Amino acid sequence: MKYEAWNGFKKGKWCNEIDVRDFIQKNYAAYSGDESFLSGPTERTTALNNKLLDLCEKERKNGGVLNIDTKTVSSLLNYEAGYIDKNNEIIVGLQTDSPLKRGVNPFGGLRLVKSSCEAYGYKMSDNILDEFKYRTTHNDGVFRIYTAEMLAARRSGVITGLPDAYGRGRIIGDYRRVSLYGIDRLIEFKKIDKAELGKNLMDTENIRKSEELYQQISFLEKLKEMAKLYGCDISKPAANSKEAVQWLYFAYLGAIKEQNGAAMSLGRVSTFLDIFFERDIKNGVLDETGVQEIIDDFVIKLRTARHLRTPEYNTLFGGDPMWITESIGGIGENGESLVTKSSFRILNTLYNLKSSPEPNLTVLWSKDLPFNFKRFCAKVSIDTNSIQYENDDIMRPVYGDDYGIACCVSAMKIGKQMQYFGARCNLPKLLLLAINGGRDEIGGLQIGPKQPVYEDEYLDYNKVMERYNTYKEWLCNLYVNTLNVIHYMHDKYAYEKTQMALHDTEVERFMAFGIAGLSVMADSLSAIRYAKVRVIRNKKGLITDYLVEGKFPKYGNDDDRVDAIASDITKSFYKELTKTTAYRNAMHTLSVLTITSNVVYGKKTGATPDGRAKGAPFAPGANPMHNREENGALASLNSVSKISYDCCHDGISCTFSVVPQALGSENLNREENLSGIIDGYFKNKGHHININVINKAQLEDAMKHPEKYPNLTIRVSGYAVNFQKLSKEQQLEVISRTFHERM
Amino acid sequence: MILLNGRISKFESFGAVDGPGLRFIVFFQGCNLRCACCHNPETWDYEGGTEYSSEEVLKRVLKFKDYFGDSGGVTFSGGEPLVQARFLGECANLCKENNIHTVLDTSGSILSGDVRDALKYIDLVLLDIKMTTEKDYFKYTKGSLKQTLDFMDELEKMKKDVWIRQVIIPGINDNEANAKRLKEIAKKYKYIKKIEYLPFRKLCVSKYDELGIDFKLINVPECDDETLKILWKHLI
Repeated sequence: MKYEAWNGFKKGKWCNEIDVRDFIQKNYAAYSGDESFLSGPTERTTALNNKLLDLCEKERKNGGVLNIDTKTVSSLLNYEAGYIDKNNEIIVGLQTDSPLKRGVNPFGGLRLVKSSCEAYGYKMSDNILDEFKYRTTHNDGVFRIYTAEMLAARRSGVITGLPDAYGRGRIIGDYRRVSLYGIDRLIEFKKIDKAELGKNLMDTENIRKSEELYQQISFLEKLKEMAKLYGCDISKPAANSKEAVQWLYFAYLGAIKEQNGAAMSLGRVSTFLDIFFERDIKNGVLDETGVQEIIDDFVIKLRTARHLRTPEYNTLFGGDPMWITESIGGIGENGESLVTKSSFRILNTLYNLKSSPEPNLTVLWSKDLPFNFKRFCAKVSIDTNSIQYENDDIMRPVYGDDYGIACCVSAMKIGKQMQYFGARCNLPKLLLLAINGGRDEIGGLQIGPKQPVYEDEYLDYNKVMERYNTYKEWLCNLYVNTLNVIHYMHDKYAYEKTQMALHDTEVERFMAFGIAGLSVMADSLSAIRYAKVRVIRNKKGLITDYLVEGKFPKYGNDDDRVDAIASDITKSFYKELTKTTAYRNAMHTLSVLTITSNVVYGKKTGATPDGRAKGAPFAPGANPMHNREENGALASLNSVSKISYDCCHDGISCTFSVVPQALGSENLNREENLSGIIDGYFKNKGHHININVINKAQLEDAMKHPEKYPNLTIRVSGYAVNFQKLSKEQQLEVISRTFHERM
Repeated sequence: MILLNGRISKFESFGAVDGPGLRFIVFFQGCNLRCACCHNPETWDYEGGTEYSSEEVLKRVLKFKDYFGDSGGVTFSGGEPLVQARFLGECANLCKENNIHTVLDTSGSILSGDVRDALKYIDLVLLDIKMTTEKDYFKYTKGSLKQTLDFMDELEKMKKDVWIRQVIIPGINDNEANAKRLKEIAKKYKYIKKIEYLPFRKLCVSKYDELGIDFKLINVPECDDETLKILWKHLI
């Protein structure tokens, strides 16, 4: 196989088969210098960006949604070409025909889309409603199968946030393939695969796969047509860097037109694209300003991406996120750094275009990354609060060196692995259910297997654990089965045709489970074990409150007595999940991640034995509870890093807020110290850290005077948000978090 | 080595402003001075805090070794660590045996054989020159400037690296004369690597309230960055 577009690239295996990693390994130019080569924005970039910022401001003033196209069903070919400013764009393509106008996507579930429209004062067109009378959505399918027990567990919130009414997301298409190979070549390979499948026994799985391949091919064709609407022919490989970015963006755009998944991540594109940039620079076609301008324009386009959500959805995942996660840096399997100039350039967009939550810039950090890059990342974190860091040294042995992060912390080999997103189980709620013999502590409904309510006046650790283990067994089985239903139906009625066309035909699947409220759970069990916890019953005999007598060790202080509880709870939950077979033989994985749902989960959970009041928010992700840390920031990180990644391959999220003065007295010190914190945390096998370098007072001021901080970005659990887009409750919760200071 | 116990007020795992790099801070219990601007009044009482062995202290320090990198380490602060000089020496010695960079944060108001022994295991001294005249020193600390200057002579003899620090309190020592006197003092010593001004802060007021101790500087405003910049010009 040979294309003129490949001139100047070092040949290899990638020429004869789809192998983007091989292309990168053979061609990328590692960079270990500093950021001094970077270019600022051009006038054109700033003008275009200002147009988008104005639209964002209008969107905010309009209650969070600028406009909705209620007449068209979102897909690849259903909208005319759209532009922000047609004559001044380098990279083109919008989700609908106008910037920030949201489309409707009922394939995941009709009801949710209908109520989303209504929440913002729109009405979905009768045509669509009529048409979907004769269609089955993913949501319809799931509810046909849900058992009474599943419905009850879902309603009580012990398992919650399930992707049963919209796209599941967390699948990363290898969008780079379109740039490197062009659509025609990709179709050709898929056709060969389909013919091969035709030789097998036509059993359920083989028929399903064959039909999926049919759909993949059909959507690759559509992707080509979609590009034509913008005057581009993407049938062949990209011939230069502008085309490489454009082809890749079209592929991503096709995916988000087709799917409204919660997280629609980008993958790992900057080092890949760098190869095209370097070739153009070498050929004298582009200079640094030109390269940065293309990247800036690409990022402006990414920042226009939106999905239509209900206000209830926003309480779970605040800030209107898309999780356009881009994984940057990392180390190759050969030990060489994968940092290129474009790793710097993509971070530089935070300066050129002002800080913003999207794309969700994620640095794959290794102790071996070049010093200059580490320091630059720390500088960007201090200046913008917009980066998250994940431990490449513990992920690389599992996922190789061409994985990307989907959503917040979910690693997967790009184009080779996918996951079935499974939201999370509310652990403290499960503990309360166990204590109350399967009844919901709020309302008293019987949710799980019936047992008498805990009999004694004081909670005994062994007795409580015995109960907990019984209910854990019950719930884990129910949880896996529920997800099996959801993902069977999603595959059947809302299959990701574009994204899966950009995967190998044989993919490895994960089923990604999650837990919320880990710190509340650990502290509750610690209280039961090391202090005395007296139960308080309501009139119906349910235990609804607890009195703690005496002191107990709290998670977040590097105290093994309680940290071991947190670690064991996680391990045993994972082990229990693996006992029930997952749909399509997916491999079970687990995350400790809440996104912003820790507020809602807390609201739905009664008082807990650690002294937390009914309805009070949980700590996010794997974080210790707010202000229970007594030995400072690093002790807190040490507690979190004891949660083993071995049982949490879907990620362990930690959010860290520090006031700038506490990081050091001078700027350079602050950068090096922040870099040192990340180094230390990851050497201790921590997995993920969000970093905010900000004063509490500034956040309080931003609540009072939102107009003064239109671009204030902060990192919450696993992603960044524009602070102004959070609900008031979420804002208050963020402010109540521990800000590490020592001045 | 005899393993001693000492009294510790608390541990702080994250220090980035008390010596170079990221540092684990051990706050010793007990203080011989009564500085008006003191941030840690809970460390004054010799009987307060919790008893730890030097090995227990080391064990805690070691948990953070991965964060120290090339420049960080442990900082012994307080209270006044020199009040428990033998225990300090033992802790510092154990740290040095484990290749951990050691910093002593002190007023330099105690000098004895035990102090000299302890200093052998200290890589860097943060020496707080509280006030630059005898009169002020006594007024605001109940101690004597001469002791600190003698301590500096000793450090000079031992060729110990020193960072001079001073808390700048508006209306008390935020003046040109003070800056010039500090400059004069510093001039005499070869091993001073850095001089740091620390702005006076009142974050500690609630601690005083809890302890029922009068915070004498309650009506003094916090020190702003501008003041420090102006003073800095007189110093260099």
